[in-house]
Amino acid sequence: MSADVELSDVSVTFGSFYAAKNVNVKVNGGEFFSFLGPSGCGKTTLLRAISGFQEPSEGKVLIDNKDMSGIGPNKRPTALIFQNLALFPLMSVSENIAFSLEVRGVSKEERKKRADELLELIALEGQGDKKVHQLSGGQKQRVAIARALAVEPKVLLLDEPLSALDLKLRQRMRTELREIQKRVNITFIYITHDQGEALTMSDRIAVMNEGELEQIGKCDEVYNNPLTPFVATFVGENNPLYGKVTGIEGDKAKIETADGQYLATMNESKKLNIGDESIAFVRPESLFIPRDSDNFDNKIDVNIESFEFEGNLKNFYASLKSGAKIKFSVPNAIDTSSITSGSSIVLGFESSKSVILPKASLAID
Amino acid sequence: MNNFLFTQPFFKKNGKAVAIYFLVAIIFWFVFLVIIPQFYMLDLSFRTNVPPLARGGPEDYYTFEHYSHFIFGSKTATDAFNFVDLGVFGRTIFVSMLVTIANLLFCYPIAFYIAKIANPSTARLLIVSLIIPFWINELLRSFALRILFANEGVINNFLTGVGILDQGILFITYDIGLYTGLIYAYILLMMFPLYNAIESLDINQIEAAKDLGSSSFRTHWRIVIPHAKPGIVSGCTMVFMLTVGALATPVVLSSPNTLWFPQLIYQWFNMNDNWSRGSAYSIILLIVSVIFVLTMMRIFKVRIGEIIK
Repeated sequence: MSADVELSDVSVTFGSFYAAKNVNVKVNGGEFFSFLGPSGCGKTTLLRAISGFQEPSEGKVLIDNKDMSGIGPNKRPTALIFQNLALFPLMSVSENIAFSLEVRGVSKEERKKRADELLELIALEGQGDKKVHQLSGGQKQRVAIARALAVEPKVLLLDEPLSALDLKLRQRMRTELREIQKRVNITFIYITHDQGEALTMSDRIAVMNEGELEQIGKCDEVYNNPLTPFVATFVGENNPLYGKVTGIEGDKAKIETADGQYLATMNESKKLNIGDESIAFVRPESLFIPRDSDNFDNKIDVNIESFEFEGNLKNFYASLKSGAKIKFSVPNAIDTSSITSGSSIVLGFESSKSVILPKASLAID
Repeated sequence: MNNFLFTQPFFKKNGKAVAIYFLVAIIFWFVFLVIIPQFYMLDLSFRTNVPPLARGGPEDYYTFEHYSHFIFGSKTATDAFNFVDLGVFGRTIFVSMLVTIANLLFCYPIAFYIAKIANPSTARLLIVSLIIPFWINELLRSFALRILFANEGVINNFLTGVGILDQGILFITYDIGLYTGLIYAYILLMMFPLYNAIESLDINQIEAAKDLGSSSFRTHWRIVIPHAKPGIVSGCTMVFMLTVGALATPVVLSSPNTLWFPQLIYQWFNMNDNWSRGSAYSIILLIVSVIFVLTMMRIFKVRIGEIIK
């Protein structure tokens, strides 16, 4: 059983500081929804408001259309997975998993049965008698999930539970989490500052900055059509090209920068007028070294400063005439041995792959 | 030999001067402050009580008479057992146990509040206000309580003065003053181990329990108390041992017709000038208390290493 979760005009203040400000979001039942934002953006505060550890200063939290105000965390149909997991070190794995049943007065046999079922779900059959410290990082992770699922919550809240794991394990746990979510079919609300995690697992994501929601949408939508310069630079990487709008053709706008004119796509809800201060964004993977047959809408002259080898990609750092920096990535499969520090080349990109937005501060500022 | 000593890791790590200082200090502490006095007392407890000049003479020989006196009384007594001393002893152990439990029940909520609920400035204030009274000597604190609890004392005068009671309560006669004084005397030794133990508990553990539907009571029972067990045991051990051996508080606060076991020991040493019997009684108290504590640790499945943590 899953439940809708709705935050209606939720604000949380600590003194005069707004940890979350006028947040409106509706998470659908059975959805994998992520709040993505830098540390201190208020995403954990929102999670605590949903779980009941933090009463909103204003607004309401609704779960299945039921107002949750005044209902404590032990009475809500939610379960929270803590960043440090908070497994009980003095209990066995089974006792941990069945703790929520124990507090509800479920009989010992029933508890054991349920714990065994959940151990099977997380592929830890027969390890129920172990102590928590005997488990590996990934196993602890799974036990925390099983413990949270034991109550059969309608909503599972996850507070950056993968952040302590190493890269390989983190990648595997992403897939596993997603699979578990599909199997148990309940609402997952996931908090992370790692855009990779958010993009790979979520149905939809909400990007947060300084307590406010910047954008809510499907992953590809947020990645391809960011609504604000913050989202453009926080979700994935982006090269900003600052300038003024000098012309508009349909959904495209022409931007005049210190290094030349480029054509970029406007967002429907962020129309620009001629003369507006704006930023065009182009992602490192959308910048190409043109072959003879290629004909890009936009061309940039760059001077290569340095490069790094990432494995699947080779990243180049280059400067424009004005001194602005730009990064572009080339798949390792393409031979780039002729491009070295100091070489001057021309890059091309499509206007459809570039977004132009009104000027505002970036995530990296 | 010298070279062998100085090349040991302990010397290399601390440097010669510091290492020698450590060694000397530890040996002095252990030999002169622990082993020699205890062995002297142990030895004395098995000897006849003779004046210093007769020591080593024919009247100075090893005997169990002081221990048998504790159990059976003097040779001229008519009772089969030394009911008076055994009674005092039993009561001292029993009351000390109750005092320890009361102390634990009193301190646990406060320690939890300071460690997990109060904001840092309130916590500091509370800790300071716990400590400050203990800058005053134990004897003086007992007298202060005596003034409060006396039959014509502050509390009774107040209660009768405002008309709540017609007659004062006999706090001293019924040893209420004594129990209060004993609970208060070593409260810090319960408070701080408890506070330290609870403080080290990750707050997420408490929240996780709550999130999983646990009531406050069960969260304490299943999460906080098991985590704080070493602190609880260490606090209880210290409070129990010190209460069993308390002298100043019972002298000032006990009713005229009750005796605390250390008062008995004191009487043998100082008033009856029988150091051997005093030593024997001390050894009995020491051994029984240690056995008692070890038994309790066994029952509650605590290892000694955990306490020292």
